[in-house]
Amino acid sequence: MSTTRPSLAVFKFTSCDGCQLSLLDCEDELLELARAVRIAKFAQMSRALVEGPYDIALVEGSVTTARDAERVKEIRASSRQLVTIGACASAGGIQALRNFVPAGSYTGVVYAHPEYISSLATSTPISSHVDVDFELHGCPIDRHQLLEVITALLAGRRPVVRGYSVCQECKARGTVCLLVARGTACMGPVTRAGCGGLCPAVGRGCFGCFGPADTVNTGSLAARLRRDGMQARDVARLFKTFNAAAPEFRVQSAAEEAAGEEGRG
Amino acid sequence: MHREEVVEGSPGGGARFAPGDAALVAPEGLDEMLAALARLGYETSGPTVRGGAVVPGPVASIEDLPAGWHDEQSPGRYRLEHGEDGSLFSWAVGPGSFKPELFPPVHELWQARRDGEGRVEFVAGRGSSRSKKRAFFGARPCELAALSVLDRVLVDCATPDPFYEGVRRGAVLVVAECGAPASTCFCTSMGGGPEAVAGFDLALTELTDGDHRFLVRVGSALGAEVLTLVTTRPVTAADVAAREAVTERARSAMDGRFDAAGLAELLAGNIEHPRWQEVSERCLACGNCTLVCPTCFCSDVRDTTDLSGTVHRTRSWASCFDRDHSYLHGGPVRVSVASRYRQWLTHKLSSWWDQFGTSGCVGCGRCITWCPVGIDMRAEAAAVCSPASPARHDRLAQPEPRRPTGADVPAGAEEKEALP
Ligand code: SF4
Ligand code: SF4
Ligand code: SF4
Repeated sequence: MSTTRPSLAVFKFTSCDGCQLSLLDCEDELLELARAVRIAKFAQMSRALVEGPYDIALVEGSVTTARDAERVKEIRASSRQLVTIGACASAGGIQALRNFVPAGSYTGVVYAHPEYISSLATSTPISSHVDVDFELHGCPIDRHQLLEVITALLAGRRPVVRGYSVCQECKARGTVCLLVARGTACMGPVTRAGCGGLCPAVGRGCFGCFGPADTVNTGSLAARLRRDGMQARDVARLFKTFNAAAPEFRVQSAAEEAAGEEGRG
Repeated sequence: MHREEVVEGSPGGGARFAPGDAALVAPEGLDEMLAALARLGYETSGPTVRGGAVVPGPVASIEDLPAGWHDEQSPGRYRLEHGEDGSLFSWAVGPGSFKPELFPPVHELWQARRDGEGRVEFVAGRGSSRSKKRAFFGARPCELAALSVLDRVLVDCATPDPFYEGVRRGAVLVVAECGAPASTCFCTSMGGGPEAVAGFDLALTELTDGDHRFLVRVGSALGAEVLTLVTTRPVTAADVAAREAVTERARSAMDGRFDAAGLAELLAGNIEHPRWQEVSERCLACGNCTLVCPTCFCSDVRDTTDLSGTVHRTRSWASCFDRDHSYLHGGPVRVSVASRYRQWLTHKLSSWWDQFGTSGCVGCGRCITWCPVGIDMRAEAAAVCSPASPARHDRLAQPEPRRPTGADVPAGAEEKEALP
């Protein structure tokens, strides 16, 4: 078996490294994983580098430079299955806030020497550039889901990764709804499950880390939050975090900002 | 319902009871009752305050019960307030029911692996190990009604659910009759009411006129056995009248809230009503309504493998609001949210009758309170069935459109699909 183990490679684009760290975070399963796959490229774990092609490529991060846009095509060409991991790779990440403003607006604020920076005007998900076999969402991803995706690919089955709302995870773990019982703003009804309903379980409304669920009605949730007295610009901010550029969230934040400017927020 | 014979007072228990008897119990008597259940080997769940709501949790003494807590419920809103009265049952049902105890949200059914010779070996899943001796303390009459609806679905069928059936048969039910229904309660419209009629082991009615006490009625031999271990005193005619006043007040508060007469037929005849589309513009398809409902039983069974090659078969709660719930070959059948909302409401109030011979709704109101956008199914049903919007049968006989076979639904396909 060891000679025919499928190979796994981890690639990074513009990101914080937190998602690939989830792989190392699989402490209990790591040895078993290393027996099931040959870890051919994973800079956080080893300098050793086995040349491609790879059976499974995990791709973290968004495309923000011209070089990235080339490199992602090379990776696609040398990978049998390409899985994007995290909000950056799957939706553009927090850095996609630059997509909402004129090119270069943030560079001068963030860098002491913006003249050294050469980047694209937008931050885009991997799927804007190449075909993707599976998108694993989350900021960061959930390690159990990561293991499930890898295990499923190895077994040749479909990963059991659900697209329903975080609310369903609250109900399964018995969390009393914050929105209904306390009036706390919560993104759960429009956010994809995967975290296990982590934040509501500790009394914090869902941040929307996993991006839009399979079916969403952002307008109805936003209307409820405004009825509760939230300003439109604050509602817009809820939709403008790690998944700001996901189409469903982008449309809603734009609508809220427009409403705020008209003064009805 | 109960014989009004005078039973001698019995400090520390000892009086003999039979089904149909009644006795009076002081609040401290409930402590004895909980201790008796523990002594008889039952794991007791009952009302507790957690996360700002009354939800089932472990109860060992009356200290664990929601003394002085009162709820205020309306569509999409729930608040608890603390009063000084010390009453233990002045609230209506919260988001939790006893359903998860019998029908767990996630339940591993079995595992399978190959042994050294390549033979497949099956072992029991991790989901089935908890003790099946449970006591459900302070369950409301609508909980009881919901369990009898679930019994028809999960037990009175060709392949009964052994876990559900095991817990159900072994469970002790101590019902607390209702004196303080919420604005969202409408059990009286669904054939139920604030009184416990049958199917309980013990039924408590909290009386707060004069001294704080409980009228306890015995519903079974097991209930009689438990009550024998509790300090009781005889019931007087005044206590009987006080109980009737409590449940009568609750009943009249709810009466007329919802007109369910003829609903099953009216809903079935209005499947193309424009209201389905209208409600889908508010509905989040989040699934909360189905998961708080004490009778919703949909589940999803999936097989997974782990890195060692063991197969796990797991059953999890599912919701008709999930896109994947209607996934057949080639894609989901109920693509629009309108078709999913319609599925939920027509199943609860209409096609459940055809399938199981009862309503799928007991009128507990949970789906109304716990809908994040406050959609009130009573208002939706009334709108769909109002005479102002005549029934349209034109497309009734046509099957739901199916997505073309082939790959998964392309992104954005939902928007293009007309109802359903
Ligand atoms: S707390 Fe948030 S995620 Fe949980 S059920 Fe309520 S709205 Fe949904
Ligand atoms: S449909 Fe709603 S009111 Fe009826 S039993 Fe279910 S949760 Fe309760
Ligand atoms: S009716 Fe309410 S609780 Fe049910 S899916 Fe729609 S928004 Fe969610």
